[in-house]
Amino acid sequence: MPEATTPDDGDAGDGVRLDLISGARMEGLTSMEKIRLILDSVRDGDIVVLEAGLSPEEESKLIEVTMTEISPDDFSGIEIETYPSTHQPNQGLMGRLLGKEEAPKKLTVIGPANQIETLHKDEDLISALVSRR
Amino acid sequence: MGLLTNLRDSITRVTDRLFADEEPKRIGIYGPPNAGKTTLANRIARDWTGDAVGPESHIPHETRRARRKENVTIERNGKTVTIDIVDTPGVTTKVDYKEFLDHDMEKDDAVKRSREATEGVAEAMHWLREDVDGVIYVLDSTTDPFTQVNTMLIGIIESQDLPVLIFANKVDLDESDVKRISDAFPQHETVPLSALEGDNMDEVYEKIAEYFG
Repeated sequence: MPEATTPDDGDAGDGVRLDLISGARMEGLTSMEKIRLILDSVRDGDIVVLEAGLSPEEESKLIEVTMTEISPDDFSGIEIETYPSTHQPNQGLMGRLLGKEEAPKKLTVIGPANQIETLHKDEDLISALVSRR
Repeated sequence: MGLLTNLRDSITRVTDRLFADEEPKRIGIYGPPNAGKTTLANRIARDWTGDAVGPESHIPHETRRARRKENVTIERNGKTVTIDIVDTPGVTTKVDYKEFLDHDMEKDDAVKRSREATEGVAEAMHWLREDVDGVIYVLDSTTDPFTQVNTMLIGIIESQDLPVLIFANKVDLDESDVKRISDAFPQHETVPLSALEGDNMDEVYEKIAEYFG
């Protein structure tokens, strides 16, 4: 069972730490473990890049949990960007009941709202400005 | 014999449920902050019940709790639909109390407003997963619709198989660009309107009756 933690390999100092998390690593985690993994990193001021993104339900829970953790002068929330989906597979209720939900495959960038600013986004490019803590 | 009786009872229960008087459908009004969700909810509620849903404001996060107006019956072109309107707080991934200080608010009030706003957004997300039967997604047609929150929210709504109508609000303003919204979400019907001025409300009610009836 993979642990829902990031390796703590030192202080980022003046720099900004980037965690590039593979789809394989996320695959073995429950929804809440994924959300915890992301928010723990982001609350430490790190930028998280997910190779495979989150499902819509996980995105919904991420917003919900983020809201419960916002506190004045400490954490003001997250900035999240994914490439826009050019194809929305509308699988319907039966497909989901039969467990055929496709895993999303969209690179996702998540960071602290006060440190990351999206400069430009289109179908194949996300350009972001990341500032130090 | 028992098996046949049980089968018949099951079929009867299903057909009774199918043809019984339907409960009002809960239609959630979602969208980013300041899109005009409460103005629209009030417009619909006033037009069909005479009452409003809640106060409107240009300051973001005026609506910090999901508010429900029950049993709003809309009739259009021979179709009648009874809905409960659920006006929800604007969805966002960040809330910073300092933004409210720009609206002549004291720090204590701004912090309190931001706390309530975060609770409201969490509640709105929960409603979306558990408690709504359809969604009216309201966008300010003077702003870029191609934001992450809009993309995520539409994706979440689609994943729930909920019927959704996109309302391009504020068409009374010069900068309004409805095509930008219909181009951003071509898989859904976009209806232009001004909830504030009451522009194009006939089509709004036709579409509500058609989609949610």
